[in-house]
Amino acid sequence: MTLSVVRVRGVDKVFGAGADKTPALEKIDLEIPKGAFVSLIGPSGCGKSTLLRLIGDLTQPTAGMIEVNGKTAHRARLDRDYGMVFQAPVLFDWRTVQGNVELPLEVSAKNKSARADRAKAMLALVELTGFERRYPWQLSGGMQQRVAIARALSFEPAILLMDEPFGALDEMTRERLNLELLRIWKQTGTTIVFVTHSIPEAVFLSTHVAVMSARPGRIIEVISVELPQPRNDLTREDERYFGFITRVRERLRGHEVGKPGAAEVAAS
Amino acid sequence: MFRPARSVLSFLVVISALTVLWEVVKLLGGDPSEAWTPPFQWTVASDLNMPHVWDIAASFVEPAQRNGPPLGLVLVNAGIFTFREAFGGFVFGALLGLALAIVFVHSQLLERALVPYVVASQTVPIIAIAPVVVIWLRGGWLAVAVISAYLTFFPVTIAGLRGLRSPDPRALELMRSYASSSRDVLVKVRLPAAAPYLFAAFKVAATASVVGAIIGELPSGIRDGLGGAILNFNQFYVSGPPKLWAAIIVAAVVGIGFFALVRVAEVLFLRGRAAPSDA
Amino acid sequence: MTRRIRYYGPAVAVFVGVLGLWELAVRALGIQQFLLPPPSSIGSAFAEHFDELITVGRNTLVEAVGGLLIGGVTALVVAFATARWATASRALLPFAIAANSVPIIAFAPIMNNWFGILNPLSKMMVVAVLVFFPIMINTLRGLTLVDQASLELMRSYAANELAIFAKVRVPNALPYIFTAFKVSATLSLIGAIVAEYFGGSRSALGQFIITEAAFFRFANAWAAIVVASVVSIAFFLIIVAIERVAIPWHSSARIADSS
Repeated sequence: MTLSVVRVRGVDKVFGAGADKTPALEKIDLEIPKGAFVSLIGPSGCGKSTLLRLIGDLTQPTAGMIEVNGKTAHRARLDRDYGMVFQAPVLFDWRTVQGNVELPLEVSAKNKSARADRAKAMLALVELTGFERRYPWQLSGGMQQRVAIARALSFEPAILLMDEPFGALDEMTRERLNLELLRIWKQTGTTIVFVTHSIPEAVFLSTHVAVMSARPGRIIEVISVELPQPRNDLTREDERYFGFITRVRERLRGHEVGKPGAAEVAAS
Repeated sequence: MFRPARSVLSFLVVISALTVLWEVVKLLGGDPSEAWTPPFQWTVASDLNMPHVWDIAASFVEPAQRNGPPLGLVLVNAGIFTFREAFGGFVFGALLGLALAIVFVHSQLLERALVPYVVASQTVPIIAIAPVVVIWLRGGWLAVAVISAYLTFFPVTIAGLRGLRSPDPRALELMRSYASSSRDVLVKVRLPAAAPYLFAAFKVAATASVVGAIIGELPSGIRDGLGGAILNFNQFYVSGPPKLWAAIIVAAVVGIGFFALVRVAEVLFLRGRAAPSDA
Repeated sequence: MTRRIRYYGPAVAVFVGVLGLWELAVRALGIQQFLLPPPSSIGSAFAEHFDELITVGRNTLVEAVGGLLIGGVTALVVAFATARWATASRALLPFAIAANSVPIIAFAPIMNNWFGILNPLSKMMVVAVLVFFPIMINTLRGLTLVDQASLELMRSYAANELAIFAKVRVPNALPYIFTAFKVSATLSLIGAIVAEYFGGSRSALGQFIITEAAFFRFANAWAAIVVASVVSIAFFLIIVAIERVAIPWHSSARIADSS
């Protein structure tokens, strides 16, 4: 792990003040190597989304430091190193599919023809060629989320931050999009930080799974998922795949006494 | 978020700022006095068009007519009279509006047949048909209340229809699985779901009812209310501009007061419920 | 086609039915003209005074449109200016809501005195004040009630305030603005007519209706009332048409597409 894209050191995050003080994250250390696919997994309220937002400079740590590409997270955001994908697609109703994908390029003042070319290429990447002129509400939920991914990738971010991007989709769509995401990851070589509730999803996608505990949120262990690349439908039937799932589950359970399998319940 | 103290405070701040602005305009372009000759002469800022704030305030305590009661008392009585008409109109209008919404939500045929006319009704200038209503109902405050109801039923019908349709379809299916009657569905699911929408409409209706009452008084020859007072002081404007302003202020207070009343009822009634984002 | 008939049929049936019943009732019960003239005499009054009604209607429409433009533009400017500063808009909103519940028509005689009773500007100003508050309040809501996630998305692009305003807040406000203008279209015409009631040119709907009613020519008055509602419905529909073109993505247009 010499080439770290993200370096989190001793980060605490406390919400509120005085009597309402609630510690969300405590002593977080995390190194994310370039090109890695890291999942953050843990029970509800473990602060995995908060950690993602801290890395993306959408909120600031109470203590500790975060470095992205050797810069502060703030500097990295101003340099437009991030692509964000939320659980909801957050597409603008008033823009066409292509217009939505062009949005970050407009903000970074790219010229018009470069924007259109880039947006078309990104839409091709997520296999939505032909839908450029449609409006978001004319697409299915899975297609909307693919537009959101195309948008996040449009200015070639160094790091893609995804907050439960497939959480609201049905299982079949989710599995298909998982495969697509892996293909895009391979094609672009982007580093991905991925928040999820689903253990199988985390194991299937990631090179590393960071298992977190709740109240206060801590990283219990970072598990290296040594499954062969590229992963495909056969991976889901691989015995080692189930082995990693069991391992992640046991690590989660070990920190949730009396609530076996709570994370799975939340994911279903 | 309901912070009455803060709302009232910012309201007072803006009102005071406007009052100061008013006098600044007069200072710059009003009529000259012994003490001060304004640099400009604006017709709009003359004492006839923009009486001094203190002259308006003073007019409240001066008698409205020679040896009569003070204007303030006359206007308060007129305000109460108009409020009574408006309240009557509000109650008629709200009940009619809600009844229509309930009918429309149960009958698509009636909805398609009548809703266009409910909408079109609001384009008819009420002031034009007011005299006819007054003749039909032989005058009196009841006629004015009916005119006022004409303006108030509309927002209630439209919002009521939306509110009654707002419950989660799964809640309606749940009720169906209990084999509940449509009356039960209405009382237990639809009406509670519609409450926030209805209150939003009641606030609009409260204002509309005061407007309706004032407009209704004009052509109906009723001179005991604020509409009558405004008409009256308009005729004698040249002899006492502050009186018309005083009447307008009382009309504003009645309008805002009725609105505030509904707002308070809303807060009490909907306590602990999240407001719908679009109502 | 059959779906169209099923959709619009009931409304058309009611229109024809009500007119027929009205005509019949007036004749059968011998209702006097001053209570309710039959549709047939309103129709012939309309034909007889067609040219005058058109002039009268046009003059009032000019007042209404002028007032809506003055009030609407001012409201947009104020809302855009104050939306920039959260404290200013938060302070202004309670005042605007309170002012919105003031019976504005009470200002009609004042405006007559300020701008001249025969000057159309006096009616325009009543309309302008009347539509100012609903448009301002709605615009301010549209500019400020923005989805938090959209703002975060823009922040993740390191977008500045201007970009957020142009790309998120303004498009978000457009449906609110159109809603306010649709309501204000009808309001503006009624406002102009009520303002005319307090005195004004004889060649305008409000004064026309009053005079005709005063001379017991009720069919003429009713013909003018019909003109008033037709003009105001047309005005409303024009704004709906502009809305369809300007914001085709909005849900109000979607429903029309699917039906």
